[in-house]
Order: sequence, then structure tokens, then C-alpha cells
Amino acid sequence: MNLKANSYRLRQDILDIIYRAKTGHIGGDFSVTDILNVLYNKVMNITPENFGSVDRDHFVLSKGHAVEALYAVLCQKGFFPREDLLTVSQYGSKYIGHPNNKVNGIEMNSGSLGHGLSVAIGMALAGKMDKRDYRVYVVMGDGELAEGSVWEGAMAGGHYKLDNLCAVIDRNHLQISGTTEYVMNQESQEERWATFGWHVISVNGNDVDALEKAFEEAKTVKGKPTMIVANTTKGCGVSFMANQAGWHHRVPTAEEYEQGMAELKAKEMAANE
Amino acid sequence: MNKIANKQVICEVLMEKAKEDKDVVVLCSDSRGSSSLTPYADTYPEQFVEVGIAEQSLVSISAGLARCGKKPYAASPACFLSTRSMEQAKVDCAYSHMNVKLIGVSGGISYGALGMTHHSATDIADMASIPGMRVYLPSDRFQTRKLMEALYEDTDPAYVRVGRNAVEDVYTEDNCPFEMDKATVLGEGTDVAIIACGEMVKPAVDAMEMLKKEGISAGVLDMYCVKPLDTAAVIKAAEKAKAVIVIEEHTRIGGLGSMVAQVLAENCPRKMRSLGLPDAPVIAGKSQEVFDYYHLNADGIVAAAHELLK
Ligand SMILES: Cc1ncc(C[n+]2csc(CCOP(=O)(O)OP(=O)(O)O)c2C)c(N)n1
Ligand SMILES: [Mg+2]
Repeated sequence: MNLKANSYRLRQDILDIIYRAKTGHIGGDFSVTDILNVLYNKVMNITPENFGSVDRDHFVLSKGHAVEALYAVLCQKGFFPREDLLTVSQYGSKYIGHPNNKVNGIEMNSGSLGHGLSVAIGMALAGKMDKRDYRVYVVMGDGELAEGSVWEGAMAGGHYKLDNLCAVIDRNHLQISGTTEYVMNQESQEERWATFGWHVISVNGNDVDALEKAFEEAKTVKGKPTMIVANTTKGCGVSFMANQAGWHHRVPTAEEYEQGMAELKAKEMAANE
Repeated sequence: MNKIANKQVICEVLMEKAKEDKDVVVLCSDSRGSSSLTPYADTYPEQFVEVGIAEQSLVSISAGLARCGKKPYAASPACFLSTRSMEQAKVDCAYSHMNVKLIGVSGGISYGALGMTHHSATDIADMASIPGMRVYLPSDRFQTRKLMEALYEDTDPAYVRVGRNAVEDVYTEDNCPFEMDKATVLGEGTDVAIIACGEMVKPAVDAMEMLKKEGISAGVLDMYCVKPLDTAAVIKAAEKAKAVIVIEEHTRIGGLGSMVAQVLAENCPRKMRSLGLPDAPVIAGKSQEVFDYYHLNADGIVAAAHELLK
């Protein structure tokens, strides 16, 4: 699979989902798309076939509002039929605006920020206790880092030396009300996590090759959990959405949809060349 | 008088289970001593997780363990577990439907003079209002054992509240009838039905005896299963009686009294009294002193019965 092209393919699916549903978190979906693409298509051992088993990798989307990106990836992996995406956020649908484990492929419900890291720590601890060799992955937002509970997990992950755990911060510098530095300063994540006993890798989080390398490095780290600070662009892929706080959960108009689709298609084609 | 606190029985049962089942895991938040779980932690260090003073991650980590096949029991003072980690209980345990058993120890006002920070007089309301979360308040050590054994067998989340101190026995080793999620009928009465949970069951039984001596026919339901409330038992007892008294170690808002009132109003209206703690910080004192101050005792129940039957 051409991962780079696939990221743009997935973004088209996400744009479709949101444009149809008239709701969603497009900015955070687009910043996390490359991360999910690499995780599900290169790094993690999670398939529709092995999903029922404990002996596979585990994933928690702690920034649950980016569920449309997860839907796009899971659907492409064959966890559910493409028609299901037509029901996202519709009356009675199980495909709601945040992850829900009634949906095939989703393990834990989220949507309230600040839970996922500690949930992942529980999963990683269970793996250590049972001497299973699965790995656990969790993705958080950078605004999410203001939640105190994140730092309870930061402590526990370091304390228990969970080298089967790899967390990712989608470091897009934006949250709802503006930049993280304006709302609540989140600079120096590398130092912060290192102090808590984590192995830290800083990468371009919209570069699939850099991400893949980082995840591979994390697999080799012993005696420490890994934190990948994925430096991303919120709204990545569509020019007028990039780096705009307003696109956190704006729904595109018909013209914006057309323009966004055209840009994403062009980028997919270019990546395929 | 019995010297074994209900929380010690929980430790005993968990040690028995841990011995046979590697998946049993106990988690504490610097609370192994207050939870009487030190013997467990010392005997089964591999099946014990200390998270530090971090009740939120205590519950989230438990949910993660459950997701990967473990049977976690998160034990922490009820006051913190039911409020500081309420959202984790709601989202990670109930909503995600994980097999996490939350053990709230030293519940109600058993921390006495330590103040409202340490009281869990709202935990029934907090936990029972969460869809999918069950709430149990066992009355004595024998029932606590039966309850813990039953909970071990199922895979749904639950919150259990026990007190800090040893409480008088209601049952005996050989005579502790127990059916999961069914109230235990400790007596049937045609004048007044007394419905109690947790540490208030014993005074309810005492009151029943006192009323009998006066020629008033009283019955008692041990409603350890506050949620799912045994509504059939409530209706049956109420239909037989002229009036209903509910007593609980909990604020009168949103606890067992409120839940019973709803069942009565919908099914068989009866005059009733809901005895509980006030909507205010409770006075300082040992448990019994506090109970007596608020008439949460046999005399208080008898007085309420007199008033209702006047
Ligand atoms: C506990 C909690 N508080 C508030 C919200 C509402 N909320 C949803 S997304 C969001 C901003 C998240 O920002 P960030 O973590 O940086 O995510 P991203 O930029 O990747 O979208 C907020 C405040 C929430 N979902 N959970
Ligand atoms: Mg952000």
C-alpha cells in the first residue's frame, strides 16, 4: 500500500462522512489521519479476523472526537461495510460522534478527554501480567494534556516501565479556543514526558515514513514506555483548513466540500506518481 | 460483638479467589491499609497494582485490565472512589461495559469526625444514576461474603460500599439466605414494612422486634441490592403493610429512600418515611453517635412507625 496516497484517500472518506453527517471534528481528524493510517496499516497487529482475541495489539483513541478518522480507517480495513458510513450520527446509528465499542473494531468508549492513557496502561499491565507480547497504542490530543488524569497515567506508565505501551500526542498546537500556548501552555512535551520516565521521540506527525520509523523504534525500547510527540498540522491536507482553530468542528459548505475534495484527490494522485 | 469488618471479609474472599484464579487483580490508591487489603497485597504481589493517590487512573487502569481479560477490583475509600473517579466509573466501566468491581470502603459517615471530604453520603445517588452501574450495600460480614462470591461470577461493572468498622451480625454463618439481586426478607409485617441497606439493616431488625412487643406488626427487607432494586419485593412488602419506612446511611436525596418512593408512587402508594442523612455536612462523631444524633437507629424507626400509624 502507498501509505502517503492512502492518507489522502482516507481524508476524502472523512470529508465525505462529515459533509454527509453535517457534524464532526474535521481539524483533529485530518491531523491524526497519518498516525492512524500508519498504525493500522503498518504497525499494529489488529485485523477483523483477530479482533476477538486478546493476543493482538490494542488501540485506544483517547481524543475520541476524531472518531471519523477512525471510522474511515476501520472501514477500509474491513471491520464494517462502507454503507454503514452513511449512517454516521444518524438517528439510531451505532456510529456516533465518539468511539463506542458497539462498533466492530473499537475497544473502548471515549469522548471525555483524559481517560485513554490510563486505560491503555491497564491494558499494558495486563499484557505484562500474562506475559503476552501484544503492544498497546493510545493517541491523545495536545489540548487534552491539560487534564490532570493524563499525568496520573504518565506517572504510572513510567513507574511500571511499560515498554509494551506506545502513546502518541497529536501535537497540532490547536484546541477549540485557539493555540495550546494561548489556552494552556503545552511546550516542552519532550522534557515533561522524559522526566516522567518515558522514552520520547519527536517526529513530523504528518509524515508517514517518519511515523513508521518512530513506531519501529518504540518497539525496540526496553524498560520504558514510549511517547511519540507527533508534530502535526490541524486540518492537514486541505489548504484553507490547515492551522485554523475554527476548523476544529466546522462543517464544510458545498463549495468548501468541492474544493477540499479536489485538493485531496490531487494530492492522492500526486502521491501515487 | 463481632470484630470482623465487612472490608476484611472482602479481603478474605479476594485472597481465596486470587489463589485459584490468576486473573483476579486488586488495585489500590495508597489505600491498601484502609481497605484492609494489606494481607492480599503481601500474599499476591503479582496480582496487585498500586497506582498511588490517583483515583481517576485507579479506575481507568482497572478498565484497561478488564478489557484484556483481567478481573479487577479497585478498592479505595468510598468518598473518593464515588466522586473523584465518578467519570471513570461512568465512561470506562459502565459505558464501555468493563468487568470492574469498585469497592468503596469506609463508606457513609464511617470516617466520623474527619468531615465531609471523607464522607460518602452521596455515593448511592452518584453511582446508581449511571446507566449500567450496579450498587450494593451489604449489611453484615456473612452477606458481604455471599455478595462478593456472587460478584466474582459475573462480568458486569458494580460498586460495592462497605463501612469502616465491624458491625453487628444480622445473619449467621449457617443462616444467611442470599439470592443475587433479591432483597432478603427478614420479617413480614401487616402494619409497617421497613426497608434498609448496609449498616441500617441491624437497627431495622431491632426496631421490628421492639414494634412487635408493642403489638405492631413490622417486616424488614434487607435491600443490599440498591441497584438493581428488588422492586417486586418492595411492592410485595408494601401491599401487605399500611406504611413503609426506608432507612439508609446516605443523604435523603437520591438514595434508597428516593428509589423506593418512586416504586411506591408508581405501583402501590403508601404513607412512607425516608430516614437518612441531612442535606448538610453531618456533625462530628463516631458512627453510632452520628446515627443517634440523626435518629438513624431503632428508636428512630419506632418513632417513625408510631407517627405513620397514628
Ligand atoms: C473532558 C472533556 N472536556 C472537554 C471536551 C470538549 N472538547 C472536545 S475536543 C476539545 C479540544 C481538544 O483539543 P485537542 O486535545 O488539542 O484535540 P485536537 O486538536 O487534536 O482536536 C474539547 C475541549 C471533552 N471532549 N472532554
Ligand atoms: Mg490539538
